[in-house]
Formats: sequence, C-alpha cells, structure tokens
Amino acid sequence: MTSLDLPQGTLDLLILRTLLPGAQHGWAISERVQQVSGDMLRIQQGSLYPALHRLERRGWVKAKWGVSDNNRKAKYYELTRSGHKQLASETESWRKLTSAVSLVLEGD
Amino acid sequence: MEEELEDELRFHFDEEVEKHRRAGLTDEEARRMARLAFGGQSQVAEDCREARGMSLIESVLQDVHYALRQMKKSPGFAVTAVLTLALGIGANAVVFSVLNALVLRPLNVYQPERLFAVEHKEHADYWQSYPDYIDYRDHNSTFSGMAAYYTTDVAVVIGKQAVKSYGYLASGNYFDMLGERPAIGRFFHASDEHGQNSTPYIVLGYDFWRARFNSNPQVIGTTVNLNAHSFTVIGVAPRDFHGTELFFWPDYWIPLVDAPEIGCGPDYLAHRDDRNFWILGRLKPGVTPEQASDDLNAISRRLAQLYPTADDDLDARLVRPGLMGDVWGDPIRAFLAAIMAMSVLVLLAACANLGSIFAVRAADRTRELALRLAIGASRARILRTLLTEAVLVSVLGGVTGTLFATALLQILSRWRPFVDFPIHVVAQPDAKVYALALLLSVGSGLLFGLLPARQIWRTDAAQAMKGGKSAGPALRRFGMRDILLCVQIALCTLLVTGSFVAFRGMERSLHTPLGFRPLGVTIAETELDMGGYTEDQSWPVEKRMAQEAAQIPGVSSEGLIDRVMLDNDCCAKESVYRQGTTDFRSSQRSFFAHFFYASPGYLATAGTRLLAGRDFSWNDETNSPQIAIVNARFAHLLFGDTPAVGRHFELFNGHLKEIVGVVEDGKYNSLTETPQPAMFFPLAQGNSGSDTALVVRSALPPAEMATALNRMMNGIDPNIPLTVRSWPEVLDLAFFPARAATGALAVMGLLAAMLAVTGIFGMAAYSVSRRMKELAIRVAVGARRTQVIAAAVGRPLMLLGVGSALGLLAGVVASRLLGQIVYQANPSDPVVIGGAVLTMVFLGAGASAVPARRALSADPSRLMREE
Repeated sequence: MTSLDLPQGTLDLLILRTLLPGAQHGWAISERVQQVSGDMLRIQQGSLYPALHRLERRGWVKAKWGVSDNNRKAKYYELTRSGHKQLASETESWRKLTSAVSLVLEGD
Repeated sequence: MEEELEDELRFHFDEEVEKHRRAGLTDEEARRMARLAFGGQSQVAEDCREARGMSLIESVLQDVHYALRQMKKSPGFAVTAVLTLALGIGANAVVFSVLNALVLRPLNVYQPERLFAVEHKEHADYWQSYPDYIDYRDHNSTFSGMAAYYTTDVAVVIGKQAVKSYGYLASGNYFDMLGERPAIGRFFHASDEHGQNSTPYIVLGYDFWRARFNSNPQVIGTTVNLNAHSFTVIGVAPRDFHGTELFFWPDYWIPLVDAPEIGCGPDYLAHRDDRNFWILGRLKPGVTPEQASDDLNAISRRLAQLYPTADDDLDARLVRPGLMGDVWGDPIRAFLAAIMAMSVLVLLAACANLGSIFAVRAADRTRELALRLAIGASRARILRTLLTEAVLVSVLGGVTGTLFATALLQILSRWRPFVDFPIHVVAQPDAKVYALALLLSVGSGLLFGLLPARQIWRTDAAQAMKGGKSAGPALRRFGMRDILLCVQIALCTLLVTGSFVAFRGMERSLHTPLGFRPLGVTIAETELDMGGYTEDQSWPVEKRMAQEAAQIPGVSSEGLIDRVMLDNDCCAKESVYRQGTTDFRSSQRSFFAHFFYASPGYLATAGTRLLAGRDFSWNDETNSPQIAIVNARFAHLLFGDTPAVGRHFELFNGHLKEIVGVVEDGKYNSLTETPQPAMFFPLAQGNSGSDTALVVRSALPPAEMATALNRMMNGIDPNIPLTVRSWPEVLDLAFFPARAATGALAVMGLLAAMLAVTGIFGMAAYSVSRRMKELAIRVAVGARRTQVIAAAVGRPLMLLGVGSALGLLAGVVASRLLGQIVYQANPSDPVVIGGAVLTMVFLGAGASAVPARRALSADPSRLMREE
C-alpha cells in the first residue's frame, strides 16, 4: 500500500464500486482504482486477489473466464444481485461514517 | 482450482509487465518492476485459498498430505513408530480375537444366547446323571428343550480298519433343540429312541466324512462298527457345526441310549448317582435365566426328597455353554481377561514411547511451527496438523498390526497342540476385532499426539525464531518427555516382572512332585472289548500282557492300570464312607476319592513310593478278600495320624475294603489341584470299563519299545488295538496351560523389553546430540569418563531407575491379577525381583551404551568449527 492507508474493509467497497459499470478482471480493477483516485490508491495484488476470492465466497461477485482485450485468457468478476445490495449498504455506511468523523474533526 | 489461481495471477503479472513496457522500459526491467510489485506468489495463493475458505475435507486432506511428506522426510522415525504401534495394537487384536471366539461369541447355532448349560451350584460341578436329566427335562416349565450329551473316544471301525476318532453321545432331541439341519441325510430324533441300545444310528461330522469317506453321499445307509456293534450312517452334520463344546470337535454323534453298547457298561444310564453327562437347555421365549434356575432348583428339591441317598445335595445353576461350564470356563475367562489387561498395558507403553518421540520432534520443529504461527495459522490449525500426523501413523500401525494378528491367528487355528485330542482354537478376527483395532489406533494417535500439545500451545513465535535449537537449560527441568519415559519404563518393568513370575510358576509346576516318575515309562493303551472280551474275561488277558511284557529285553518293570494319571480322560471319583455306615446319603459321605484299578507291579513301575504295608500280589485274585491301597491323604482324612494298614472303609452300598498298603500323595487330575485322596483296587477284583493301560519302564528308546509292544500284543490277540505313547508325552496336556501362560507372558515381556530399550535409547541419543558441544568441552577440559557419561546419559538412566522401582511396586500390588494367570504367582519372590531388576539394568546399560560412547568420543575442536 502506498500513499494512503486504507481503513479496514474499504477494499471490499472499492472493488464492488469498481465493478458497478460491468465485469472486469483483477488487473483492470486495480488499474481503474489507481486511475480514478488520481494515483492516490494503489491496490497490491497481495491484497486484491484474496479480497476478490473472499467476495466470491460471500456471494457478492461471481467469476467467469473470458478473453481479454489483447486476446489472453482472464478471469472476469461481476456483481451479483446481493453484491449490488451490499454495495448500496456499504456505501451508505461509509457516508454516514465519514460525515460523522468530519463533524467531530471540525467541531470545537 | 490451483491451476486457475495460477493462471489468474500470471495474467496479472503479464499485464503489469506489459504496462511497464509500454511506459518505455526494456523487457527485462519491466519484468523486474513487475516482480517487485508482485511479491510472493505462493503467499498470495495461500491467502486466496484461505479467503476462499476450504471445505473441511479439503483441509483434512491437506493435513494428510503434509503428514505424509513429513513421514517421507524422516523414514526411520516413521517406520519405527508404525512398527511400535503395530506391535501394541496387534497384540491387543490377537488377544481380543481369542477372547471374542471363546468367551464373547456364542456357539455357532440358532439363537445361541438362549442356550445354557445346567451345572450344580458348587463350582465346577458340571456332571449330571441320566435319571436326573430325564426328570429335569420332563418336569420343567421354562425350557423349550433340554438335551444331554457327553464325549467319547470310542473308535469307529470302517470295514476292517479302526480309525482313531472322538464323538458325542447325545440325547435324541440334541439336534432338534439346537435347530441344526443336516448337510445330507437326516439326524436322529427323540422319536427314534425306544430304550437302551435301541437306536443304532450314527451321524458323521462334516470333516470326518470328507476325510474318511471322500465326501461320498452314498455313505448314507452303510454301516460302521463301534465296539463290535453295527451303527447305520443316517446323515452328515453341517460343515461348520462342531458340537457344543468349543474345544472338543467330534467326528460323529450317536444316541445316548446306546452308551451301554459301546462299552460304557450296562448300568451307565441307570443309576441316579452316576453323574456322567452334561445338560444343555434352550430357554423358552421370554423366560429369564433366573426364572429357569429357580424352576430347576424347585425340581431339585423335590428330587432330593424323593431320592435322599442319591440326590440329597442336588441343585442347579445356569452357565454359558461351550467351555465345559466352569471347569474350563473360569480359568480361561480369568486368564484371557488378565492377558487382555497386559496387552492394553503394552499399548499404553507404546503410546508413551511415541508420545515422547513426538514431543522431541515437536521441539525440533519449533522454528517451523513459529513460522507458521507468524504467517497467521491458528494454533488450533497447527495442532490439528500434528494430530493428523499422529493419527495417520497410528492408523498405519493399526492396519499393520491387524495384518500381523490375522496371520498369527491363522497359524493358531491350524495348530494342534495334541495329536490325540481334538482341541481346536479357532479365533479369526471379525467385525468386533477390526472395530477395536480401529478404535485403539485412533485413540492411541490422539493420545500421544496430544501429549506435546501443551508445549506447542505455549510456543512463543518470536522467541523460537531467535533461539534456534533449544539449548541446555530447557533440559534441566522435568518436562513431559521425562514423565512419559518414566511411565513407559514403569509399564515395561511391570510386564517384565510378569514374565519372570510366569517362569517361576512354570518352573514350580514342572517340579511339583507328581507322585510318580514318568521319565522312562511307556504307556500302551488298549480297549479289551474291541477284542470281544467281557469284563470277566479281561483279567486273564491282562495278566498275560504283564507276563509277556516282562519278557521283553530291556524292560525293568511293568504293570497295568485302568486310567493314566494326568491324562485328559483320567480320573473318576467315588464316595468313601467310614466302616459301619448304614446311611449312604451324600451328607454321610466322608469324602470323594479318586479310584484306580491296578495290577501288581504298577506302583513300582510308576515309581510311586510305598509308605506302609504292601503292593498287590498275584495271589490277590477275584475271589480273595476285597482289598485296597490308599494314599497318604486318604489315610490322614479317615484315620488321622494313626496307621491305616489293616483297617477298613466302605464304598457306596456297603462294599467293604481292607487297606493293605499306603502310598505317597500325587497329582491325579491336574497339576494345580490340592492334595486329593486316592484309592487303588486290584484289577483282578474289577475294572471300571474295558480300558486298560500297560505301563512299562525300560531303558529302550520309545520307537523300539513301541515296536516290541505292538509285536507282543499281536501275539496275544491281533484284534486288540494298541496305542503306545511315552508318559511324558501324555503329560503334555497337563502341562499345556502352564506352558501357554508362560508363552503368552514371555511374549508380553519381550515386547515390553523392546519398548523399554527403544525409549531409553531414544532419549539418551537425543540428550547426547543436543549437548554435544557441552560434552565436547567437558572432554577437552579433562573430565573423567564417568563424569562425561553421567552428564550425557545420567538423566535417562535416573528415569530408568525411578520407573523400574514404580513398576516393581505395581507388580507386587497387582499380584492378584498375575495370580489368575500363573499358578502360585508370587511377585515378591526374590528371584523375580532380582531378575526384573537385572533385566532393566541390562537393558538400560545396553540402550545407553551407544549414545554414551558417542559422548565420550566427542571431538571438541571439530564441533566448535561446525558451529
């Protein structure tokens, strides 16, 4: 992990959100997060893949083998229905948490 | 699954490389960057797997794989461990199989748990009379059927040839009560019986039919002869049916009512106080043994009132059938239970042995364990891995042990300890035995696998990683390893003590004064009624046998007797009453005494000492005054310390006998009996059957003696068969229990010794190898040899001492247990204690010799350099 340290559990949230537009493979997910966060968040594959497998076990994503842009075999992950629900609820929790923390920090 | 993960990760790697290349790096640099970012692939794989969560089966299999790999890495250890357990579990499997076959598994008939033998309440009083049997059978309300039977060794004559065989005399309802169906032909039934000697039918045993009649079905309807009477073969018993006594497999069955015909005498069935049979009954459905027993006792009390002389002490008790009631049942059950306990102890000792080995290995693998802890494996998971290893080793050991046991039991079932006696010990492992073996295997594995658990639980990862192999100080305190070794040594000492007790007991029973000197004596047994002689015609033939035997060169003395002492079929007893008795009820009886019919010269030939009076002479003929020779115990019981010669006693119904001589006491029925009274009558004045044995003392070798005797007998009457054996051979059966017990205990002791050696050697070797540096320094500094040895193997030897002391103590405490196995067991016997101590000392010295020598030859300079 460089730049910023991700609090516990936010990795799952990031992955789920990244998968919202559609199915992607692991490398694409990590690139996308890096791009979108302006290079502030870099996910190591040491954390990424266990997380992906964990999400798969809990039924929030499902995996399928496909062919990548440059014609290689790759494993694609996409959100399941319960994954969508989980994303919504975790996003909600995150917003509540961060606004609460901000309130405390700005307070007297 | 694995492959997929690899592919996935490789794809990511390749993309990363591609990215760096597009950014302008060379191929090599791109790869390097990617690798740096990537980290350890296997770690990632592991984490993925964990994140994914394995099913229980998968993780157990993983443990098994790991355990197998560990075993392959140290094959010596694996083999030792498996073999140690194979011995422990195998021993238990063998003993339990025998226990199962003889005690737990009932007879091989229909609903065997409803069958009971009817004994008297007095211990080992198993025989019943025919009239009493009829009354029990006809007046009971609790048995659906009741049969009587006895064994006989009357030979079957097929055509002209007499074949040595053993059979059953069985009541008509015997087969029907048992629910058996014939293999071919039919059985005899109760309806076939019409009184004495009315039913000349014979049923053949399956093996006998196969061996002697070539399994020819045409045998039905043909006749064979028993004792010169014809019997028609009406059927063959099923293949696996061997009668109702586990140790005696009959070749044939004939109806009980024909007993007088085959030489048992015309009154065999007539007298109510002639107890010649065994009773076996099948309970009615829903009846408990207690109810049946009460029923029979009520009948017994009525019979006691009706027939006070014969039956006044009649009573009944139900016993499990198959082992001749208590007669063999009790000693066998006690012996097997005690041996089972010992084999469990052997297994425990093996577990203690393996426990300490595993503890040592766990200590050696501290670094590896710490590493696993550090990368996140839970303690529970690590423990499970180690347990899997332990259970795997013990299951392998259990399988090997069970295979050994099966092979051993195969040999046992083919073993005929006595050529002449149809004893078969068929014990094959069945489902119960396999279940026990599995249970013991898993149990042992868990037991010794868990022993190092505490140590593992307390492993501090960081400390362990730094410390390397554990250093000296850890050995100063007493740990689990020491306790285990101590326990193991104690158990082994107990077992070794048991072996010594057995040897002493065996020695004692071998040197028990027998009352005769069997060495150099040949016994030639005949059945005179095979030659067609009646009782009255026998005496002249017997006289002639003695006279002609005296003529054989090399014979120093000869005589005849009706029964051979300590032979399997020896000994009958008669009631003895004081002179002047008129009331012959059992309560008036003075005692029971063994009785024998002997010729003049027998006592001298047998080497039985005459203490007072005289031997029989050839002048004591059939019509001379009725005389007897008694033994010292008899004389003492009847007359105290006063002389007995010239005085009288009475038998049942007032037959008066005058005592003309007193002989020394001896053993008649078994080696372990208490001194029994015995009386001898002249053969001229009667015989209890037609069996006669010619007893000859000579210096000739047995084969020559046999030829000479056969030739002599042929000259007298070629129709009379002769079986010639040496007396020591005959005694084999009598000595068999002591020998079997000694054999079993010796094996246990040997196993125990091997385990003890392994344990001590293991600990000593380990201790030395850990402290090589320290020992080398001691040697360099000039320590004396004894000091170095003390440092090296002192602790194991001390544990040996403590363990042995505990084991000896346990042996003394357990003397009652040992007493069940060995006659007159006395663990406090100084020879036993001395022997056990010496053995343990010897084992300890031997086991620690090699490590001690290694310690002495430690080269300090080389060791320092290696470090």
